[in-house]
Amino acid sequence: MSRTRTVAFPKDLYQRAFVEALKKLDPRVMIKNPVMFVVEVGFVVTLLLTILPDLFGGASDRGYNGIVSLILFVTILFANFAEALAEGRGKAQAESLKKTKQDTKARKLAKDGSIQMVSSTELRKGDLVIVEAGELIPSDGEIVEGVASVDESAITGESAPVIKEAGGDFSSVTGGTRVVSDRIRVRVTTDPGESFLDRMISLVEGAKRQKTPNEIALNTLLVSLTLIFLIVCTTLQPIASYVNAAIPIATLVALLVCLIPTTIGGLLSAIGIAGMDRVTQFNVIAMSGKAVEASGDINTIILDKTGTITHGNRMAAEFVPVGNSKADALNRAAAQSSILDETPEGRSIVELAKKQGLAASELELPGAEGVEFRAETRMSGTNLANGTQIRKGAVDAIKTYVKELGGRIPADLDEKANRIATAGGTPLAVVEGNVILGLIYLKDTVKPGMRERFEELRRMGIRTVMCTGDNPLTAATIAREAGVDDFVAEAKPEDKIALIRKEQAAGKLVAMTGDGTNDAPALAQADVGLAMNSGTVAAKEAANMVDLDSDPTKIIEVVAIGKQLLMTRGALTTFSIANDVAKYFAIIPAMFMLAIPQMNALNIMGLATPQSAILSALIFNAIIIPILIPLAMKGVKYSPMSATKLLSRNLVIYGLGGILVPFVGIKLIDLVLVGLNLV
Amino acid sequence: MDFIQISVVLVVLLLLAIPTGRYLARAFSLENTRLDRAFGGVEKVIYKWSGIRIADMTWKQYATAVLVSNITMVAIAYLLLRLQGMLPGNPSGVAAMDPLLSFNTAVSFLTNTNLQHYSGESGLSYLSQMMVIIYLMFTTPATGIAVVMAFMRGLTGQRSIGNYYVDLVRAHTRVLLPLAVVVTLLLVAQGVPQTMEPTATATTLSGAEQQIARGPVASLVSIKHLGTNGGGFFGVNSAHPFENPTPLTNVLEILSMFLIPASLPFAFGFMTKSRKQGWIIFGAMSLMFLVFLGIAYGSEINGNPALERAGLSQAVGSMEGKEVRFGIAQSALFTAVTTAATTGTVNNMHDTLTPLGGLVPLGEMMLNCVFGGDGVGTVNILMYAILAVFIAGLMVGRTPEFLGRKIEGKEMKLIAIAILAHPLIILAPTAIALASEMGTAGISNPGFHGISQVLYEFTSSAANNGSGFEGLGDNTPFWNISTGLVMLFGRYVSIIAMLAVAGSLLAKTPVPETMGTLRTDNGVFLVILIATVVIVGALTFLPVLALGPVAEWLTIR
Repeated sequence: MSRTRTVAFPKDLYQRAFVEALKKLDPRVMIKNPVMFVVEVGFVVTLLLTILPDLFGGASDRGYNGIVSLILFVTILFANFAEALAEGRGKAQAESLKKTKQDTKARKLAKDGSIQMVSSTELRKGDLVIVEAGELIPSDGEIVEGVASVDESAITGESAPVIKEAGGDFSSVTGGTRVVSDRIRVRVTTDPGESFLDRMISLVEGAKRQKTPNEIALNTLLVSLTLIFLIVCTTLQPIASYVNAAIPIATLVALLVCLIPTTIGGLLSAIGIAGMDRVTQFNVIAMSGKAVEASGDINTIILDKTGTITHGNRMAAEFVPVGNSKADALNRAAAQSSILDETPEGRSIVELAKKQGLAASELELPGAEGVEFRAETRMSGTNLANGTQIRKGAVDAIKTYVKELGGRIPADLDEKANRIATAGGTPLAVVEGNVILGLIYLKDTVKPGMRERFEELRRMGIRTVMCTGDNPLTAATIAREAGVDDFVAEAKPEDKIALIRKEQAAGKLVAMTGDGTNDAPALAQADVGLAMNSGTVAAKEAANMVDLDSDPTKIIEVVAIGKQLLMTRGALTTFSIANDVAKYFAIIPAMFMLAIPQMNALNIMGLATPQSAILSALIFNAIIIPILIPLAMKGVKYSPMSATKLLSRNLVIYGLGGILVPFVGIKLIDLVLVGLNLV
Repeated sequence: MDFIQISVVLVVLLLLAIPTGRYLARAFSLENTRLDRAFGGVEKVIYKWSGIRIADMTWKQYATAVLVSNITMVAIAYLLLRLQGMLPGNPSGVAAMDPLLSFNTAVSFLTNTNLQHYSGESGLSYLSQMMVIIYLMFTTPATGIAVVMAFMRGLTGQRSIGNYYVDLVRAHTRVLLPLAVVVTLLLVAQGVPQTMEPTATATTLSGAEQQIARGPVASLVSIKHLGTNGGGFFGVNSAHPFENPTPLTNVLEILSMFLIPASLPFAFGFMTKSRKQGWIIFGAMSLMFLVFLGIAYGSEINGNPALERAGLSQAVGSMEGKEVRFGIAQSALFTAVTTAATTGTVNNMHDTLTPLGGLVPLGEMMLNCVFGGDGVGTVNILMYAILAVFIAGLMVGRTPEFLGRKIEGKEMKLIAIAILAHPLIILAPTAIALASEMGTAGISNPGFHGISQVLYEFTSSAANNGSGFEGLGDNTPFWNISTGLVMLFGRYVSIIAMLAVAGSLLAKTPVPETMGTLRTDNGVFLVILIATVVIVGALTFLPVLALGPVAEWLTIR
């Protein structure tokens, strides 16, 4: 449904990530990632042992220390590279945005009414500027006068211009977009450096990235696992010494690094950054990673009926003849009454008539003239060249009209009209001359595919609630047709916020979309508020996400991305921890084999030598990080299904896979090492 | 035959555990129940005399109450042990216990460990046996039961986590005392002595004079098992014919020590109003237990290859250190049960188990959640359940939640403290002991078995089990102080951390369950739970186990 924004990656993206990865080796940066910091300390220790093999007393194998040290260095580099790569994509995106942010000249309207030319950076909140066709809008603002079509492709990527006008919900304009036609007067709403574009750039750059609550909790777990294995490894030496099975320091460091969760530790921040990035690629700007995470937890989505669930304009669904008129006659008259009616309603009537077999020749009416809808008459129609007057309109208006013309009211008119109204539709009566031929059943139509999407959401355990200003009957009909779980009819803006509060009080997380200023409080109250870029500044500021395409259904994709982010995090954590089983079986026999030859019985992988076993495990531990980078970036595959099914599937892939893959991987690396005579 | 023996015991256990679980859930309900009518009278008198106000507590108040009451108990115990020589109830004229041993003993019984660095028949007066040992044998499992109830109330979102003093009283009046009376009478019927007479003197067939120790044994043995305490009246514990005279008492003792730990998961099921939830927790514990039991039995029945080479028949299995009246099956079962339930009572010498047979008690104590001690075992497995939800729960695409409550940073920090403490207090002192003269001096059998001896002592202390590999000369200042501290940390760090988790979870708004919620009452979760226990709980100890029992097994094969 939505286009994804393709950002032109600079060719040197990988190169730059590599340079960044080296910069991140700075211990002051590394300490922010305690798991990888431990690896770095291990690297320094083994490096020292390479230079001075007897540093900690007793001779150690310099060559072996060197190799371990090198592998550890590469491990850290891989982890840093993953993070740098994720950040790099955001930076590339920010750069393409920055290009739109050029210094422009603005025509500032002084208090005395004169116009001065100033640089856009000199504009402050509250200043008034005039923007004419062909000019860039110098800053975010609100139109106070005029109507214009604006090309927002710089921000949204959408090339068709949009109409912006003073007053109402379409008055906000964004700096950096171009006025295509007309002339508008704009009141500046932001100071330089705080504009929407500025915020967007800093967001995608990741400058303000903060760890999300779940990320912090997961980090706690990873740190505690690291500490546990630090205890295991430091206590192992004195215990082993008691049975004269002292372990070389480098081996102990290798065991430690293999056991601590380096895989997830190295990829965790890349997963988070990539998650936000995926949202951005959907042309949605998330104000924080927290909002993306929360969208995975959403229990209830509140959707506006008009424009989100339905097309928002009523369409002809059926022709209902009344009295003793024929269906064919009604078809023809209905179509003829609308032939010059250019509203979507009118066009849908002609289309329906054609679909029901009306010949095209019946619609060639030379000399006919259209009668436009007027509030007083509440009907519209066509005067044919032969003098026949065809009208369609509200049932009671038509009744009055027919009575005036001395016509008769068919007995079943009211009953049939009521039936349509009860079903949630709008009846339009059609009259030719003074004869009422029948009714047009107009109804608000649900966008195609919505039903399936709500079904999908239900499978994900998410409830959908439709909000509409319609009467309960109409609302119920649309709700049933669209397949939403619940609806609120005759809803006022404050009803929406009350609904959100009620859901939240029951422990649910609520998402909603909105664009109007009166949506702002509800957008702020919701756990995930997605504002439309076409909406007002107030709405955009209250929301924690902004959809640049202004497509309200996109909230569903955002939820899926949030889920995918959490799943990726869980899957890689599980994989990382499950890996330990195989690593134990590689390293433990190898560690003690010299002192206790019988330990070879535990060498179930049949690794060639103790050294090759330890190095293979360590190499596997390192290369699994870059192998998983694409998965961390793209996220694990997500399709809506029940939690139990999802869990079983992921458990087999990442849990069982996490146990088995390293057995195979370590064995293969061992074979390669032996084959190349490296050990 | 062995298989049938073992199965019958386990089936009877299951049949007893389900109704007991339902009973426990009701006995500790915050709502009024019919049980209040039966026990309310006695309890009201106790509340009145002791000035207990029945009001809901916050987790901090609850934890403070646990600590204050436990400090008082340990002070009383310490003083009695130091003064027992001057106090009445001492017909055999036992002298005062020295300060460090008194510290170790008081802490040991306070923490439900019952590690005994003294020998019961010669080290304690009858008054000490009753006022220190039996007294603490009631109050510490009662503390454990109170804590698990508070924890489960937090997890299941009850009105509050309850009132510690009320729970402590109810654990006595509604659970431990009635059960202890029944078990004591059954034991007496089987020939276990219950007397205040001093040591009997008998003349043996060869004409020599023999002192036969006796005393109020049955009452101690009953609560020793029911309360997963484990400290014997006699030094050799339930291998002694006065503590465990017949195969029937052996079964009775096995059932007694497993009854409360095995019924708590069912109580949890009743409290969550999802019996399946209880079954999943019970199932995870049972599966792990059956694997351990299988290894223990298999290893013991296959005999000891070293003895076989020395020309000793191993046809009926490794009978070294076992009682003929129990045989391999009842010994292996007893060993597996006593360390699973962290009771620590023994009917055979664990030091003489075959290497892999000895790995079983070590492993069960390292996990500390294969049923586990009264109360704390269930707290531990539920902690692993929260951990499992946290790791795997993300894979359903939601932030983790357990029983409708979000597991967030705060809970993870508290759980991290608990999962860190256990390996730290086992491995660090083991390393210190093995690297120092103070520690290695007590080892009777150096080499890999020596590692097992030291490791066993600290694991048993940390898991509040209390069985010893024996063979270790442990009544020295080093062992008395080090194990004393390990026991204290082993018990209170996790109790306080988990009460804090309960308090934190209780304060959260429950999240409604939907199709998208991770279910914790099905087979998938059972697998995740066991995997979490094994990978997080067990793999930690794999290197040291490899150097101890595994190396011993590989080298004597």
